[in-house]
Amino acid sequence: MLNLITQRVVLSLVTLLIVSVIIFVSTEVLPGDVATAILGREASPARLAALREQLGLDRPAFDRYLEWLGGALRGEFGMSLARRNTAVGQLIAERLRNTVLLSAVAAATGLPLSLALGVIAGLLRDRVPDVLISTIALIGMSLPEFVIGSVLILTFGVLWALLPAVTVVPPDAPLDVLLPNLVLPAVTLIIVMVAYILRMVRSSLIEALASDYVQMATLKGLSRPRVVLLHALPNALLPTINAVALTVAWLIGGVVVVETVFNFPGIGRLMVTAVEDRDLPLVQALGLLGAALYIAINLGADLLTLWLSPRLRARLLQM
Amino acid sequence: MDATIIARYTTDGSSLREVWRTFRHSTAALLGAIILVLHLVVALAAPLLAPHSPTAINPELALAAPSWEHPFGNDRFGRDLLSRVLPGGRIALAISLAGAALSVVLGGFVGVMFGYLGGLADEAAMRIVDALISIPGLLLLLVIVTGLGSGYAVILLAMVLSYAPGVARVARAAAHEFVPRDFITAARARGESPLTVVMRELWPNVLDVLLVEFAMRASWIALAVSGLSFLGFGVNPPTPDWGLMIAENRSMLALAPWGVVFPILAIGSLVVALNLVADGIARALGLDRSR
Amino acid sequence: MNVPLLHVADLTIGYRTRDGMVRPVVRDVSLTIARGERLGIVGESGCGKSTLALALLGYLRPGGLVLGGVVRFDGLDLLRLAPPALQRLRGGRIALVPQNAGQSLTPSMPVGAQVAEVLAVHRGLGPASARARAVELLAGVRLPAPQLLARRYPHELSGGQQQRVAIAMALASEPELLVLDEPTTGLDVTTQAHVLDLLDDIGERTGAAMVYVSHDLGVIARASDRLAVMYAGEIVEGGSTRDLFAEQRHPYTRGLLTSALRLDRPVLPQAMPGQPPAPGFHGSGCAFAPRCAFADPICVAAPPALEVIGGDRLVRCHHWRRAATAETIELDPRPRHTRVNGAAPLIELHDVSVTYARRGTVAFLRRALGNPDPPPTVQAITLTLRRGATLALVGESGSGKSTIARAIAGLQPLHSGGLRLGGANLALPVQRRPVDMRRRVQLVFQNPDASLNPRHTVGEILERPQRLFFGLTRAECRTRSIALLEQMRLGAHYLDRFPGQLSGGEKQRVAIARAFAAEPEIILCDEVVSALDVSVQAAVLNLLAELQAERGVSYLFISHDLAVVRAIADQVAVLYQGRLCEIGSVAQVYTPPFHPYTASLLAAAPILTPGRRARAFDRDETPGGPPARGCPFYHRCPRRIEPACAVEDPPWRMVDEHHAIRCHLSLDQLAEPVAATPLSIALGETR
Repeated sequence: MLNLITQRVVLSLVTLLIVSVIIFVSTEVLPGDVATAILGREASPARLAALREQLGLDRPAFDRYLEWLGGALRGEFGMSLARRNTAVGQLIAERLRNTVLLSAVAAATGLPLSLALGVIAGLLRDRVPDVLISTIALIGMSLPEFVIGSVLILTFGVLWALLPAVTVVPPDAPLDVLLPNLVLPAVTLIIVMVAYILRMVRSSLIEALASDYVQMATLKGLSRPRVVLLHALPNALLPTINAVALTVAWLIGGVVVVETVFNFPGIGRLMVTAVEDRDLPLVQALGLLGAALYIAINLGADLLTLWLSPRLRARLLQM
Repeated sequence: MDATIIARYTTDGSSLREVWRTFRHSTAALLGAIILVLHLVVALAAPLLAPHSPTAINPELALAAPSWEHPFGNDRFGRDLLSRVLPGGRIALAISLAGAALSVVLGGFVGVMFGYLGGLADEAAMRIVDALISIPGLLLLLVIVTGLGSGYAVILLAMVLSYAPGVARVARAAAHEFVPRDFITAARARGESPLTVVMRELWPNVLDVLLVEFAMRASWIALAVSGLSFLGFGVNPPTPDWGLMIAENRSMLALAPWGVVFPILAIGSLVVALNLVADGIARALGLDRSR
Repeated sequence: MNVPLLHVADLTIGYRTRDGMVRPVVRDVSLTIARGERLGIVGESGCGKSTLALALLGYLRPGGLVLGGVVRFDGLDLLRLAPPALQRLRGGRIALVPQNAGQSLTPSMPVGAQVAEVLAVHRGLGPASARARAVELLAGVRLPAPQLLARRYPHELSGGQQQRVAIAMALASEPELLVLDEPTTGLDVTTQAHVLDLLDDIGERTGAAMVYVSHDLGVIARASDRLAVMYAGEIVEGGSTRDLFAEQRHPYTRGLLTSALRLDRPVLPQAMPGQPPAPGFHGSGCAFAPRCAFADPICVAAPPALEVIGGDRLVRCHHWRRAATAETIELDPRPRHTRVNGAAPLIELHDVSVTYARRGTVAFLRRALGNPDPPPTVQAITLTLRRGATLALVGESGSGKSTIARAIAGLQPLHSGGLRLGGANLALPVQRRPVDMRRRVQLVFQNPDASLNPRHTVGEILERPQRLFFGLTRAECRTRSIALLEQMRLGAHYLDRFPGQLSGGEKQRVAIARAFAAEPEIILCDEVVSALDVSVQAAVLNLLAELQAERGVSYLFISHDLAVVRAIADQVAVLYQGRLCEIGSVAQVYTPPFHPYTASLLAAAPILTPGRRARAFDRDETPGGPPARGCPFYHRCPRRIEPACAVEDPPWRMVDEHHAIRCHLSLDQLAEPVAATPLSIALGETR
């Protein structure tokens, strides 16, 4: 068992290492390097060369990668190119709290909601509540986040003016000031997230309900609630843990658009600014951070599934 | 023995024909297919259908409400919105279809090949696939756009890099279902090369799964392209594009909602259609979409 | 007992298919079961017997519709009963033992809890007493260490253990009626014999009535007092099991029994032509007419009614009088032993071992840490298969039969030992074998559904080996394919069909045609008939025998079914856990002296004689894997000698030049009769 956990952790670290290579290669090795990014495409070759030397860009890519990776391991991502006097780490640190808060609120509300809706839809398959829930879910996952966000702004920010339409507070605002600004972005994330997860829960439950063991439980004379709660659900929800993790991890990407829509001061908004500014160290750091979060959440889900599923554990231990 | 077993006895083996038979019994799937075809026709024929130039500025008509002359109204530059909505999906549609096709072919091949080969090569390939999957959606797109600059070719490449790995995972899982079957053992015992086994024996069997993946990924790419445009890294103004139009007209939402409503309906209907088609195919094949 | 416990009248059940049609799969079925009675329902796959079995619990699978009739249990109309009443009945007074216990137990719940649940719901026991009683029940079905086992999850148990848990679960509420849906299908013969013993015992102890549904005539003969034969959704014949086995009135029942392979007869039975219709797809007349030798225009025009023909005998046939008096053709055993020794050796295995031990980092680490490698899966196999002969490998699951076939096919590397084909070295992985060597060795598999690519037409399937091995053009392939198909009794019109459009027997013929398309010298037949219906098995075996006579091909015939092996093989090698136990000609292996394992297998095999019981006399233990030393059968052997059998490898005892037994017991001891009744039946040569 300990072996299995170690194996998972090591695999995750290997994946993260490959991620770092991908990020480094796509931002620094390919044409359009940092010097061009800073000086623009029309800069004279001489000035470019000078800047490259100054930044150490004339050294082999591999050396620079090792140096960058070494820094990343120590949590040092260098100075922002766009904001000369600020360390990348500091820029991120200021905003990470806000994004984590936003994602946490969205996940904490969205997960129970999507489980409940998914179970209702699965149990009442093809009946009115299911058709209603499934249709709304389909629309929810078919509209881009910025559309949902815009509609929410129009409805609750402009027409009714219940909540702030866009955030105008600084990144380090105290929580009580920040919180009202968090509602609409969180609702946007929840809508999209619930749409995805409830569909997965629904089909997983439908599959479990069609299984031989549920038929057997019924033929043992158990009541429907007992069959569903004790026999179908535990087996139906197990495979959705990973799917839920994927969706939660998706939140990390989803916040980019949502934070931009609401001008919410989180790392997603920061990412967009960084890309606009071609602020490479910041983009690299945010990319790596996003991937690290994603991998960590997945690892957590894997370990949780392992812990909850004696069958999976046995199968993996045999291998 | 139940209905599905009876169905097995009566199947005629040719997958596409059978899929179509079940598919067309589903109103939702058929509706999706019709909307999708409409979108394709409109995208292709937009220049013929549009009553005005999509880029002609007419300050007198700025933010004009829908009228007979301009059924969708005008934006703040007075451009005719109908003429902008009609071709507004061309780029997103082209990138999403091309991106989904490339993702499915590349990801599908990689997934099936390594799923068949197994062993160390598979382990290594899957680590790279996992790494690409691990950079969440838009982040990877943005990282690539930062490195390579924006442009349709870069966006297409970024979409394939983002979505092909997911397809590879699915294709590999689908291949794993067939690899232990005896017809594969028979091919191996004949001494067929891995490429022959993959292309001749496995590929036709995972094709239906890949078809569902294609429709699904196309809908995701359409969403992602519009997201990129919204953020300002996708289609450049003044080219008409739904995502861009929503971004441009969002600030006038309260004043001139038509500037946003019609592009939203357009992109929403496209993605709904793609999802309905994907669901319809998946149901016809008896596949579960939530892998 | 005038009032039957269960009464089914004119029951018709259909399924709604995807195209919206309703297909009846159970038609006009009427049955009665008295208290304490054992009724058998026998039929081939797709005859509607499982649907009927579930209907006895008032249950229809999704998509199922009652089109008519009633199911009455002790006066209650099960198909119209309110859900709460039905819940009290199910698992309470009527219990089911399901077909596939492995899939019918909830994976996320310990098995003890699944038994206790029934007690809590139907007996109103509290948690503690329900748990205690559950452990008693698990002990009652002879599960080892029930206290511990109750806490295990289904996947941690063997197939036989899962089946026992399912039986314990069904018995928990002391039901009056037990419905058993193929309860031993998929189990090894010895495990099956143990489970059947247990069921007999339970029947006597509890007095519960039993409905036993099976495709296996041998099992039914033993487990029922009365019998109903189903075909295409209808009961075609009914009566006491003894009478029915003695004398059949319906041509189908007669064909079923004639075509069944029998342990007591070393002959290939006469095959029944054709195959059963797909469920719900039968013509307007008699459903059996297309396969019936007595069919005439009346049979096609009008469906026959179920007639009472004296006593409790029922038959559904227009011509049962003619059918009942027709002569059966007695087949002569074909002379086989002559072929065994004269011909040249084709395949020679010399001291072959195969191991599935993992290579790579994990295995390396394990070894570095001082853990020894596990003993090889297959060890010390020395066999010779001669040209034109059939060598059967017999054993239960896990005996290494298929591993040996995979090694010969080059799909599994040898750990050690030699492998030769007609004198040439065959110990090469398949990709390093010359093309012609690959051509000479072909495979046919067990599961016809998995052995053909569902996306290729029959034509494409047959074309591939011909192009690969002979470089023929497409047109040449087509001509040869048609000839091949005709030899397989399939017409040219099959060329454009997909496997999904074929029945199991047809698929298996195509798989055989694919093997013969390469003009091989040896075909490795891995359980080729065990997935087929009884009435189709004989036809496929006859085909294989004919092709061998025509083409002089050799077969390595892998099977767990002793009756099949007796009918087709020249030589037999008995395997247990990857080790040879006994080897000899068919006549020798099926007569004393026996290896104790061979004796167990023979004793446990079901016999087509009602009242005579196959018996399990080996121990009911499942060892995890082959031992590093000593006799592999040690754990289960009823005649083991301590401590020799546990520590010393048994010696080969030569009965004669061609018959050898690997056992610590002497040949004289091995020749003693062990279990008189079943064995004497098994051994009785043709009457």
